Amino acid sequence: MSVLDSKVPQGHLKDKWTTYKDKINLVNPANKRLIDIIVVGTGLAGGSAAATLAELGYNIKSFCFQDSPRRAHSIAAQGGINASKNYQGDGDSDYRLFYDTLKGGDYRSREANVYRLAEVSGNIIDQCVAQGVPFAREYGGLLDNRSFGGVQVSRTFYAKGQTGQQLLLGAYSAMNRQIARGKIEMFNRHEMLDIVKVDGKARGIIARNLITGELERHSAHAVVIASGGYGNVYFLSTNAMGSNATAAWKIHKKGAFFANPCFTQIHPTCIPRSGDYQSKLTLMSESLRNDGRIWVPKNLDDVVAIREGKLKPTQISEENRDYYLERRYPAFGNLVPRDVASRAAKERCDAGYGVNTTGEAVYLDFKSAIERFGKIEAKIQGDTNPSEEKIAKLGEGVIKEKYGNLFQMYEKIVDINPYKTPMMIYPATHYTMGGIWVDYNLMTTVPGLYCIGEANFSDHGANRLGASALMQGLADGYFVLPYTIGDYLSDDIRTGKIATDTPDFDEAEKNVKDKIDFFVNNSGNKSVDHFHKRLGKIMWDKVGMARNEKDLKDAIIKIKAIREEFWKDIIVPGDSNEMNLELEKAGRVADFLELGELFAKDALERNESCGGHFREESVELFGEQKGEAKRDDENYKYVAAWEYKGEPSDAVLHKEELEFKDIELKQRSYK
Amino acid sequence: MNLTLKIWRQKGPQAKGKIVKYKVADISEHMSFLEMMDVLNEQLIYSGDEPVAFDHDCREGICGMCSLYINGEAHGPDKGVATCQLHMRKFKDGDTIYVEPFRAKAFPVIKDLVVDRMAFERIQQAGGFISVNTSGNTQDANAIPISKHAADEAMDSATCIGCGACVASCKNSSAMLFVGAKVSQYTLLPQGQVEASDRVINMVTQMDLEGFGNCTNTGACEIVCPKGISLQNIARLNSEFLKASLKG
Repeated sequence: MSVLDSKVPQGHLKDKWTTYKDKINLVNPANKRLIDIIVVGTGLAGGSAAATLAELGYNIKSFCFQDSPRRAHSIAAQGGINASKNYQGDGDSDYRLFYDTLKGGDYRSREANVYRLAEVSGNIIDQCVAQGVPFAREYGGLLDNRSFGGVQVSRTFYAKGQTGQQLLLGAYSAMNRQIARGKIEMFNRHEMLDIVKVDGKARGIIARNLITGELERHSAHAVVIASGGYGNVYFLSTNAMGSNATAAWKIHKKGAFFANPCFTQIHPTCIPRSGDYQSKLTLMSESLRNDGRIWVPKNLDDVVAIREGKLKPTQISEENRDYYLERRYPAFGNLVPRDVASRAAKERCDAGYGVNTTGEAVYLDFKSAIERFGKIEAKIQGDTNPSEEKIAKLGEGVIKEKYGNLFQMYEKIVDINPYKTPMMIYPATHYTMGGIWVDYNLMTTVPGLYCIGEANFSDHGANRLGASALMQGLADGYFVLPYTIGDYLSDDIRTGKIATDTPDFDEAEKNVKDKIDFFVNNSGNKSVDHFHKRLGKIMWDKVGMARNEKDLKDAIIKIKAIREEFWKDIIVPGDSNEMNLELEKAGRVADFLELGELFAKDALERNESCGGHFREESVELFGEQKGEAKRDDENYKYVAAWEYKGEPSDAVLHKEELEFKDIELKQRSYK
Repeated sequence: MNLTLKIWRQKGPQAKGKIVKYKVADISEHMSFLEMMDVLNEQLIYSGDEPVAFDHDCREGICGMCSLYINGEAHGPDKGVATCQLHMRKFKDGDTIYVEPFRAKAFPVIKDLVVDRMAFERIQQAGGFISVNTSGNTQDANAIPISKHAADEAMDSATCIGCGACVASCKNSSAMLFVGAKVSQYTLLPQGQVEASDRVINMVTQMDLEGFGNCTNTGACEIVCPKGISLQNIARLNSEFLKASLKG
């Protein structure tokens, strides 16, 4: 049934990448100058790919919808980046990073891709340091590490709570160097609106200049999509307002299979929603779980008193607090993986223990950490009998050093001082593990069309571990794609420039133009946000943290109905030949309205619980793991890759069976 | 709360702009400033008007895309935040709020509140990098120890989000804080030493070409900077520039 060839090289897991690199075809430096590559997106994956490919000698055209590549949403990643350097000597290795990532992903990712990721992780840190990324250091001058959820070693490198920013600025600086040399032609404020195929191969894109509204044709010998994830299908998420799935969805409609759309990460530690006007949610880095303890009151009376403002969390004594993660998962405690932590929060809040007025919040408390650090600092200063105030002051200083910007961000948004009162947090959509299906070369099912970073599906299975997104983005862009794309392009050295005055480009541009004309001419009466919010509510209520057959079927019907209404009633003010932000949003929401349905369809088809995908029908019924998610390896050990056939409901499923030759499949136990 | 908004509207780069008055009602104090602008825009769409164009993206104060000059201050009345982190609790019922674009010769208006900051891009392209190619063979990350102090200080400079508030607030429209932050980051790290002279000369030359003004040490930039980039960065830029110039 399957038409999917993963192209994973033969040989032992540890040798695959090395052997592969030894045997691929290369393009010599003189010929690289004859080859053009389009890269859509300038986050960690797209930025690093554009820079590296340009350094190699290819001619790059790079696109981003923001006013600068530095604004891509990788910039907002906070906590850190994993690498198996084993600088701490705590037993880390490539194999262990591979194992943790595969296990954390609940055995739904491709073994060979994940091992390669672990293998190149160390190089990323070397590269970033050489670029001048100011990672945190110890007093001896060496790099510092911290720990993240789902692992038992400290392998996360960080730059305060702004690691994504620093890594992205590193990639951005590498891009700037190539822009200055003319090797990257940068198109800021441009949005890709379709892919152009010539003789079945990806040969160009149609892009809209977001300042003038002009449609432009750009050709190349290969096209790389690095446009990020589709979390904004939920309307509310930790993604940026502009984060969208349009590039990925357009290539899906032109033949690239979309894999595992239902694998979406709901991040446990975000600032809770405060009202209907809310436009986005803000993440509080997972790194906070290194030192913060999560709890809700043990007694419902206390919950009621807190909601009514009659009781403060600091007044609740230790014995009346339920540190539910430490209670349920003693081995990993507050550092269980994200999917587990999120469901546990939902479980407590569904049971009525939510601590804010919406009933959707739990506490993240730093009091014990402040005390612990305060005592250590006092001792370092020679004070063996410090006062409580001194301990608190010194401890807060340490916390500020580690997480200062996060605490400030929290206080600015919520107006509560988190050094004195525990933070309130609740899960929110954060990352999408699913995405465009790619083979070992990161090529999609369309020849010459590549997909890297969050936009593809390959490395995180059903759940991503913390600090692994940055690792994957940079691994794909700096160290994987530059090899694999050369193998493909070695056939193109005699092709010459791809012409854009051809029927293929004519047709693609016409389709884009027709849609834009429809939007600005339609005399509807409902705004884009109106539809986006309705879609988001259905996704969150029925395709959110817990899913079941009945709700999923209902979601599919409802999303289809909203979509039909959208195409009747949408109103887009302004013209197409100018900067028009509503027009930009309309096109993106139109795509989300299709993607959302495929998402629900995929969730319905996968009747097992794995990683971030929790089906209420599939839970452990007995024993120590009672109530935990139940994976079904017998029936669902595959990647679900969907082929577009018109309506989302007509999508055809192709299965890539996952083989695990080097690892024994186990139940993910964090108890 | 109910508010009166006086907002700069400008159809395009060449068009003449003007302040237009709007009213918004029932604004919650927990809303962010941009969420209040969303409310206004929905209102405008339903009344058949064009919504106000403004730049924004991450809405958590890190991408640097949002701008806005609010009641005469870049990023508004709160300190240490970008516009997207400004909340309505900083305003009172009945307030009139003026919203204008960042203004500087080097930041021309594209539409309404959206400005063109490509000048910043060109300055970074002139030298905001370390010339090191990507390879799997760069030396080990721990090969050169860097003192914690230097790394932390480099990090403080590197947190610049490139929003342009410094330029918008400076009476000379100077970009010295922005350039100083980048130059400082690399100056403080051993990796940045090799091409330090070329970098500072090239970046400053480009800065002047773009039409940014000179620094007269007023310090408005430091006060409005959402990331608290300090004036020390300008001092370091000056000394690095002097050193490089003397070397010839």
